Amino acid sequence: MNDRQLFERYQQGLKREKKIVLSWQLSILIAFIAIWEIASRLYWIDPLLFSSPSKVVSLIVTRFANGSIFSHLQITLFETIIGFIIGTIGGILIATMLWSSGRFAKIMDPYLVVFNAMPKVALGPILIVALGPGYLSIIAMGFIISVIVTTLVVFSAFNEVDPNYEKVLQSFGATRWQCFKEAIFPAAMPAMISTLKVNVGLSWVGVIVGEYLVSKQGLGYLIIYGFQVFDFTLVMSSLVIIAILAGIMYKLVEKLERWLIRNRNI
Amino acid sequence: MSFLTLDRVSHHYFSKDSYTKALNSISLSLREGEFVALLGPSGCGKSTLLSIIAGIIQQTEGKVLLQGHAIGESEMDIGYMLQQDYLFPWKTIIDNVLLGPKINNKKTEELKNQATQLLDEVGLKAVSGKYPNELSGGMRQRVALVRTLINDPKILLLDEPFSALDYQTKLNLEDLVADLLKSYHKTAILVTHDIGEAIAMSDRIFMMNANPGSIAKVYEVPIELRNEVPFMVRRRPKYQILFDKIWDELEAKESVKKAVEIPDE
Repeated sequence: MNDRQLFERYQQGLKREKKIVLSWQLSILIAFIAIWEIASRLYWIDPLLFSSPSKVVSLIVTRFANGSIFSHLQITLFETIIGFIIGTIGGILIATMLWSSGRFAKIMDPYLVVFNAMPKVALGPILIVALGPGYLSIIAMGFIISVIVTTLVVFSAFNEVDPNYEKVLQSFGATRWQCFKEAIFPAAMPAMISTLKVNVGLSWVGVIVGEYLVSKQGLGYLIIYGFQVFDFTLVMSSLVIIAILAGIMYKLVEKLERWLIRNRNI
Repeated sequence: MSFLTLDRVSHHYFSKDSYTKALNSISLSLREGEFVALLGPSGCGKSTLLSIIAGIIQQTEGKVLLQGHAIGESEMDIGYMLQQDYLFPWKTIIDNVLLGPKINNKKTEELKNQATQLLDEVGLKAVSGKYPNELSGGMRQRVALVRTLINDPKILLLDEPFSALDYQTKLNLEDLVADLLKSYHKTAILVTHDIGEAIAMSDRIFMMNANPGSIAKVYEVPIELRNEVPFMVRRRPKYQILFDKIWDELEAKESVKKAVEIPDE
């Protein structure tokens, strides 16, 4: 066999592996849906509680067809994206402030520890009282749930940057701010990007819980409403939509990640 | 008049429970264009001394004067080359080279041309648009040298810049650095623990003691060795004589240290 053939065989191996993984992934999904459907039809599980894939799909189709889902979709997506963005940016800004003054970081340390350990969801009632029972408090929920983690992760990433990069810049007479801009910030970029991924999940948690507590609209509201009126098909449909949206958002952040890594010197 | 003067410079490192004296009353002076080497065991405070001269850390006692002025009064007096190249991996080679001018808002077309020309001089013109991880260790260290030289520093501090390279690359780079510094008439201080490198490259050698760091002895490199490129220096008989002298001195130090240590055991 010559080199070319060996290489082709290797490529075919790669393709085969990819196919095997994909077919298993599909099999699991199909099996899950099939078992759910059969179990529901044969009354192994209570169809009133656990609904069935066919009912979920038909509900989603009608909801999309008559357009009644869009206002819910819109508001939840809006809240999640805003919560995600200001949570991430806010966290990076706070981390920058902590880095710029060692004393400030020392002073803030116990507050950060407590706030990080605290279940942020427990602050819900206070947020609602402070910001009113609207989308503001829901965004605030998405924000506080991601901001502290971001702060801590990014701050430690700033501190782990090799001090010799700063030394190089200092030998050129760089100010502390220039050191931050030229070395610390770009070097911590991968850590910041990995917090983006975590924050996608966290801001969904914050927003859905926020909607449980107050809202008159949104996917979280649909879940809690479906629960209250015992319409579990609605609950399941909302969950499916959330899963799909969260997945898409995660993939988009992954794309953003690749772009940022490639262009981090801008 | 001396170019760089250190007058009884001492430095302490403090921690919560204790302190260590890293440098003890170091005095030395350099003429303009002179190349000196600091030779000593690890932990003798060589790097601390360079950081003080570079103005990155402030000495706890003593004075450092460059042409009669305190360090740090005017920027860009000092070029600092570290053991590793510390090129910024997210910047292209040319952007890395122009980092100093960028920091000082002096990034002009003229300097850009000069940067390209310097890169050409060290044989790296072709890679100016590449990223550091695409280059070999020796190439990266040459880029680091250009990044230092572009700022036209009055004095160059070389902190074991060749120690992370393989032997052949190291020898080639020694010649290149010696040649460049001579042609630009730069004053330089080389920190090293390699006796051969110290003799091959420098005009004077300061041997240091450790704990605390102090200057033990000064060797003048014979005049006929100074004007040769480092690679050729290594072939001269006088090189071997000086090498043996320094070697014996270091060995004697070691044995004294051992003799002192044994009763403790």
